[in-house]
Amino acid sequence: MDDIVTTSGMLAICDLDDIVPDTGVCALVNGDQVAVFRIGERELYAIDNVDPHAAASVLSRGLVGSLAGRVVVASPIYKQHFDLRTGECLEAPEHSVRAWAVRLEGNTVVLGRPER
Amino acid sequence: MTIKLLVIGNGMVGHKLLEELAARQPPDLEITVLCEESRPAYDRVHLSEFFSGKRAEDLSLVAPGFFERPGLHLRLASRAAHIDRAQKRVTTADGEVIAYDKLVLATGSRPFVPPIPGNDRSACLVYRTIDDLDAMLHWSAGARTGVVVGGGLLGLECAKALRDLGLDTHVVEFAPRLMAVQVDDVGGRMLRRKIEELGVTVHTGKGTQEIVDGDGARHRMKFADGSHLDTDIIVFSAGIRPRDELARQCELGVGERGGIHVDHYCRTRDWDVYAIGECAYWGGKTYGLVAPGYEMARVVAAHLCALLERKQVQSLPEFSGADTSTKLKLMGVDVASLGDAHGTTPGSRSYQFSDERRQVYKKLVVSEDGKQLLGGVLIGDAAEYGTLLQMMLNGIELPDAPEFLILPPPDGKSRPSLGVDALPSSAQICSCNNVSKGELCDAVAVGAASIGELKTATKAGTACGGCVPLVTQIMKTQMKRQGLAVNNHLCEHFAYSRQELYHLVRVNRIKHFDDLLHRHGQGLGCDICKPAVASILASCWNEFVLQKEHASLQDSNDYFLANIQKDGTYSVVPRMAGGEVTPDGLIAVGQVAKKYGLYTKITGGQRVDMFGARLEQLPPIWEELIAAGFESGHAYGKSVRTVKSCVGSTWCRYGVQDSVGTAIDLENRYKGLRSPHKLKFAVSGCTRECAEAQSKDVGVIATEKGWNLYVCGNGGMKPRHAELLAGDLDTPTLISYIDRFLMFYIRTADRLQRTSTWRDNLEGGLDYLKDVIIHDKLKLAAELEADMQHIVDTYECEWKRAVGDPLTRRRFKHFVNSSQGDGNLAFVPERGQIRPATRKEKQIPLQLATE
Repeated sequence: MDDIVTTSGMLAICDLDDIVPDTGVCALVNGDQVAVFRIGERELYAIDNVDPHAAASVLSRGLVGSLAGRVVVASPIYKQHFDLRTGECLEAPEHSVRAWAVRLEGNTVVLGRPER
Repeated sequence: MTIKLLVIGNGMVGHKLLEELAARQPPDLEITVLCEESRPAYDRVHLSEFFSGKRAEDLSLVAPGFFERPGLHLRLASRAAHIDRAQKRVTTADGEVIAYDKLVLATGSRPFVPPIPGNDRSACLVYRTIDDLDAMLHWSAGARTGVVVGGGLLGLECAKALRDLGLDTHVVEFAPRLMAVQVDDVGGRMLRRKIEELGVTVHTGKGTQEIVDGDGARHRMKFADGSHLDTDIIVFSAGIRPRDELARQCELGVGERGGIHVDHYCRTRDWDVYAIGECAYWGGKTYGLVAPGYEMARVVAAHLCALLERKQVQSLPEFSGADTSTKLKLMGVDVASLGDAHGTTPGSRSYQFSDERRQVYKKLVVSEDGKQLLGGVLIGDAAEYGTLLQMMLNGIELPDAPEFLILPPPDGKSRPSLGVDALPSSAQICSCNNVSKGELCDAVAVGAASIGELKTATKAGTACGGCVPLVTQIMKTQMKRQGLAVNNHLCEHFAYSRQELYHLVRVNRIKHFDDLLHRHGQGLGCDICKPAVASILASCWNEFVLQKEHASLQDSNDYFLANIQKDGTYSVVPRMAGGEVTPDGLIAVGQVAKKYGLYTKITGGQRVDMFGARLEQLPPIWEELIAAGFESGHAYGKSVRTVKSCVGSTWCRYGVQDSVGTAIDLENRYKGLRSPHKLKFAVSGCTRECAEAQSKDVGVIATEKGWNLYVCGNGGMKPRHAELLAGDLDTPTLISYIDRFLMFYIRTADRLQRTSTWRDNLEGGLDYLKDVIIHDKLKLAAELEADMQHIVDTYECEWKRAVGDPLTRRRFKHFVNSSQGDGNLAFVPERGQIRPATRKEKQIPLQLATE
């Protein structure tokens, strides 16, 4: 599909309904893989999709939840947790990933740039 | 100066002495141990478990590396033949001469074989060592009938062994009742009835006169009353005699009926020679139980250390006799005998209760004034043993109406039991290892917070295990006192154990995670509680795991109904129940694998695994597999995996039952069942056990009469042999027992706890499991079976549902905004198939075999 850039300069990824609540999907953004998560009805987070521990593109398929107040995803390969707000790996900070700007415009999920 | 200690005998008591010495670490001690057997110390108390799944190694009492410590020399298969006390040296049967400064005789006993003509025929055996067990195993091949001569404690243990070997088992006892030493007439009758119900024929009051050739069996036993009994194997278990021949030879002084005279320090008349255990004669008797032997070992260890350290010791421990109360489970029947069981104390009175329907008999012997408990007998239900023993040993004053201690409580209320608070700190709780209540409380105070930790810290409950309920009670009371709680909470979101959550889900009929979290939890949940609750919900209600409310709880494997691999691809396993597959089925699987370029391998569970499938390939792969007649194999779930089988009586020359047919029926019955962890089954068609059923959670082995059911085995990291739960079952009973077993496990296990670990942590162990599954002690059997039937009736193939459901199917895409596949995947060829490229290979653009 052709990339759709919104008026704000962000990239439209999918409809909100395309993401089952409390799960993630993976988006392709200029060759980068981004894991986009929907928590509850309207809360969105995005981090890199590639798990640095396994070098596999899998983080969007992890289980999401909370640990000591942080919203996290657990990698399905070796179960490390990544903070969805920052991309920090809780068990091994040297293996953290990037967080991406993401928000809802109307009913559309839109992605910006990596935040660092 | 170094002291040379020679220990003759490495049985349970001899080894306890070595352990006690090692713990005290005395200086300058050089120990040599002569062990007549070819293996070092092992647990003779649990010998019969050799036939219900334990191996010789499992019975070993030797801690890893124990005999590697400096100053300790073990000579296996080395028998002491002669003691020269004047020269202080011992000559072995091989002619080796070993000098000693101090000598300990821990030679134990030998089985008594009555002087019956023919007692030396082949397949006339005894029951004491692992070699004896091997001989029983050897002669049981092709045998149909086995007789135990002797209806005492050991004889009945031995009868259990023969029965476990699948023999038609008889017990022949000279006395008019079973266990004549420990129980009275009424108790003996009750015991007999219970044991006969278990399929063992009991003959009391029978004196064997001669053993001759049998008619159709190897032997014929001719009895004094003119009757006879034909049998293939005879095991003599008619008591034991102290091994005191070395002491006799060097004139150490022995008792009238054998046993080496010792004093309060277990010294013989030669103060450089000690004797401990069953070979020692103290206070006019010998002791055939392990607890007094262990006590003697402790006394001698303390005495030797005091000598070595040349210290003035205030008070050395002395041996002052031992209580011979016992509680044991004979073939599943509780039997306990306390103190003066026969009421021989002058003036004593007794209370008796017998219930012929439930087959329970209880008796109390109390002092003339009714204030003190002197003894008792419990048959069929020995729940009060711990309480009564403590009352007796600690001289706790009896209540006004002592009969209520053994009467069933009126209107179901629980009987006022002896609170552990009533026990003095000095009360001996574990008599085998002499652990007091005070020591247990101390161990809890410094951090022991589970029964396992308490056992490690104090050794309480590690020998006969009879005190474990009381130890647990003391631990809990003490922890409560310290304000501690055993925390088995699932995770930070639920302050409940898995078992408690299961209960909440069931009782409140909770169908969804959000509802459970809202009512009983906090936060968002996590990768621990979500799959655990998903599994509980599936075990209870069996709704489709990928429906809207459940989808987000599933681990990646369950979410995509396939097994994720290290590179993020998946493997696919179609069900091949019992490992049976048609040529057309194999061809279809082969065609799918070829079409999608999958790596194929045969699994340990007798089916085919196909690796390297991309997310988006999973639905079309399954459409083709379903069209070829396959169903989901649930290899991705914490659920029933496979039922492995050997080819069985249909083809095999040796098979006695149709193992493949039964394996297929079992697999189809339990397929898709979600559980705390994966479940593996196997069915073997005969005792050769080619399906390796004893390493499975549920193992079924064919017998001539039906099926033996083994449970709680495991291969993997911590192998554990499965244990015999029930023998010679017909197929409907087999299935109802498996239903109950699985559902009971699912209800009570912790998250990710395999049946083997669950069983190791189950209070009451295998006997308790038998009580629940076979004897329906919890009155749960009907409910458990109904729960299972619900799961069976609501089974559907998850993949069939998934490929037919557009909403579910939509998720099987790598990118939500592109139809491309994951560009990060790469494979290289190896041995004619693919494998994932390594990181290095991915960096150098080799000729990649993508697509």
